[in-house]
Amino acid sequence: MNELRRRLLKGAGAAASLGAALAAGLVAPARALAAVWNKDAFGAKSAKDALASLGASNAVPSKDISIDASEIAENGAVVPIEVMSNIPGTKSIAVLIERNPFPLASRFDFGDDALPFVKLNVKIGESSFVRVVAEAGGKHYFATREIKVTIGGCGG
Amino acid sequence: MAGAMKARATVKDGVTEVRVIMNHPMETGQRKGSDGKLVPPHFIQNVTVKLNGRTVIEGQTSQAVSRNPVFSFRVKGAKSGDKIQISWLDNKGETNSTETAVA
Repeated sequence: MNELRRRLLKGAGAAASLGAALAAGLVAPARALAAVWNKDAFGAKSAKDALASLGASNAVPSKDISIDASEIAENGAVVPIEVMSNIPGTKSIAVLIERNPFPLASRFDFGDDALPFVKLNVKIGESSFVRVVAEAGGKHYFATREIKVTIGGCGG
Repeated sequence: MAGAMKARATVKDGVTEVRVIMNHPMETGQRKGSDGKLVPPHFIQNVTVKLNGRTVIEGQTSQAVSRNPVFSFRVKGAKSGDKIQISWLDNKGETNSTETAVA
């Protein structure tokens, strides 16, 4: 637990930003016991800024990250996405929807007893590339996949 | 307030598939209500998965996760009968949790 916590804090931008968030009253003290919500990364309005907040600006492409989702989503409000990293030692996975108002959709930190896998439903405002960033051995890797959305359309 | 939450965990070949459904509006803060005013953001920010009380996955989520979120996770080393606990915390400080035994 402690080891995981330490890693999570490090991933969230170290104790300094946690302290700042606490001082600003943005994070309730009770919340500090759980994983800190990375306000900067989630509040970023571009994928580039979100990646910078995650410390993943230098991520390199990898074929060992799989993104399973349908190419065309008729309903952008519920788009199932399944992501998995086959990179040994993957500690975290972040999912970004590049053209959403706030691109970062989620980030998961995995302990030793979890597989770097997650399946979830996300909202996609308009056709967009989905970028998945995995962290392993202190390095970041990414894969992308385009998902077309036809909200309110006739599903063509 | 926090509604029902359901989880199921099944082990196969040493890997436990955990599936959880949470009742939550996941308001983005960009949608207008019937009064024409923006509905304030209200969404889950933290999701924690524990195996027998030990944290195995810590998730952070944004308003881009769909309403009534559904997640699947995979946990190693769990046996039939082990306890999986899942909890969430939203931006208003509301929280909920559930527990299920690995089948």
